[in-house]
Amino acid sequence: MIQVQARTEPSTLMTFASPFLAIVLTLIFGSLLFTALDKDPLQALHVLLILPLSDAYNISEMLVKMGPLLLCAVGLALCYRANMWNIGAEGQLLAGALGGSAVALMFIDSNSALAMPLTLLGGILSGMAWAGIATFLKVKFNSNLILTTIMLNYIALYLLIWAVHGPLRDPEGFGFPESALFSDATLLPVLSDSGRVHLGVAFAIVSALFAWFLLSKTHLGFKIRVYGADEPAAIYAGYNSKAISWFVMLFAGALAGLAGVSEVAGPIGQLTPNVSPGYGYSAIIVAYLGRLHPAGAIVAAIFLAILYMGGDLAQIEMGIPIAVVGMFQGILLFFLLACDFFIRYRIVPYREKMA
Amino acid sequence: MDIDLITQVLFAAIKTGTPLLFIALGEAICEKTGVLNLGQEGMMLMGAVVGFMAAYGTGNAGFGLLGAMIIGMVMSLIFGFLVLHLGANQVATGLALTIFGTGLSAFIGSGVVGQTITGFQPLSIPVLSDIPVLGKVLFSHDVMVYLAVLLAIIIAFVANKTRLGLTIKAVGENPNAANAIGIKVLRVRYLAVMFGGAMAGLGGAYMSLVYTPMWVENMTAGRGWIALALVVFASWRIGNIVLGAYLFGLASIMHLVLQGMGWSISPNLLAMLPYVATIIVMVIISADKYKEKLLAPRSLGKPFDPRQMA
Repeated sequence: MIQVQARTEPSTLMTFASPFLAIVLTLIFGSLLFTALDKDPLQALHVLLILPLSDAYNISEMLVKMGPLLLCAVGLALCYRANMWNIGAEGQLLAGALGGSAVALMFIDSNSALAMPLTLLGGILSGMAWAGIATFLKVKFNSNLILTTIMLNYIALYLLIWAVHGPLRDPEGFGFPESALFSDATLLPVLSDSGRVHLGVAFAIVSALFAWFLLSKTHLGFKIRVYGADEPAAIYAGYNSKAISWFVMLFAGALAGLAGVSEVAGPIGQLTPNVSPGYGYSAIIVAYLGRLHPAGAIVAAIFLAILYMGGDLAQIEMGIPIAVVGMFQGILLFFLLACDFFIRYRIVPYREKMA
Repeated sequence: MDIDLITQVLFAAIKTGTPLLFIALGEAICEKTGVLNLGQEGMMLMGAVVGFMAAYGTGNAGFGLLGAMIIGMVMSLIFGFLVLHLGANQVATGLALTIFGTGLSAFIGSGVVGQTITGFQPLSIPVLSDIPVLGKVLFSHDVMVYLAVLLAIIIAFVANKTRLGLTIKAVGENPNAANAIGIKVLRVRYLAVMFGGAMAGLGGAYMSLVYTPMWVENMTAGRGWIALALVVFASWRIGNIVLGAYLFGLASIMHLVLQGMGWSISPNLLAMLPYVATIIVMVIISADKYKEKLLAPRSLGKPFDPRQMA
């Protein structure tokens, strides 16, 4: 027989194998689900996973979805490493989209070279401000960060909806809740000949590489890792825990804000109520799947972007509701957490205890 | 403000606070045993959609309630297995439960969007409901409003006056000591988690069977999260939770009041009120670090692993 035994130290192999194992289990589960729903499971998996990579256009659309996921996830990974439970990437992204749009609309009739950089800056600062509120309440008043960031997500959403119905609505838009189309000078340049891969996607990759460097090569990154792994040790070493909290939160807010403004000044081209299909929440899964490591986040963001893209295609091709994407994300995180059990434990043949 | 408006507002505040009350009561018991389940929103949405579908399919709202409780418990068992058996991080697992429940509820509910059912009819209590103002505010509700209050009374009694309540407290305050005196810590926690699931299911069913009554994707709009905050404000005390739930019900419908009084503020800005109120109350309550540390169950969020007990 077998028994479960605690490992003397966490398994490195399982740390890396667990996300892949979780993906395989999710796909098996998904196939069973599709079979139960009378949909051909092989066709469904083909549409969900292979079709998004089948031609240059689909790949470029996948990368467009990867951008915001990765930007948010890199910031979250740093937060979670420092034990800051920031669930607010969605709100910070929306704040970035809103703040960036407010700037972009000032340049509506302009072709100034400053239009695009200032729009991006507006988005980044708005995201930072939104993250800053939660951080201030946490550092100053000891408020529960999970709950404040969640509440701020809802507040940001209503603020954005209010803005597109009110001050930022296109006066010539026949009353639709949308802003005017941004001027060409404001829009992020497209990087590829075909498709819509824009500068924001490049920002995402650069931010991941930067965060990787920061975590592994700098003193600040070292402090973040120590603080997350052993808070008493970090305090004993005299690290300023407030400064670390502020840094990771503002960094995450800046990246999420950049993600938001890159959406409105990128593929969307105006402010609409539907800026994000929940990228900020999915980024939590990306961060975990990527083992809270910026490099891992790149791989995980690509996988989730494929899933998003595949969800769109599955709706068109097979009439499968788009909600299946959210469901798969939840199942994936469940399986990941379950597989992580084997980082700390192993299964060994049962042996009678020595008397 | 005239007396009619006040009556209407207080009546609606109690109605709006009722789903919060169900969820917060369940989560309070769960947290008292040391388990933090952030999956309330997901369980609530599943309760809402399954409750609606069961009521729609059978034509009987009672089956809706039953279905909602069962699905809430099933959802909570997934959470329970991961955090209790496998020692997974409670925050991450709770978030996974919310993401999963949000997606799954939208997925299975896509067929019944826009359908309507007859939910629970108001149940006027004879004589008492004839009292002016109070009669309307307190005694002319649907049966679930009274059920929530009844449950609160029973839970307060069990938690404070019985051996079971003591067991729950022991497990939450010091699981190692509880284990040493022969309490099955994991079993108590499993039961508490399932109780929380059933209550979240009921809270969700209240939304789709009574409050609206219909199914719309994401219809709970963060109430599961507000209920989680409510448990913290209430310092894990049942009486405070009842009061807090109705006060939040009031905050949630303030926009109707302000509009009724002729204020012209954008409804989208007013919709932020419950979330802003949650943050403000949280800041006021938790600013006193020591008080919160003193009141929170000592083992909250920490896994208990019987394998490591020799």
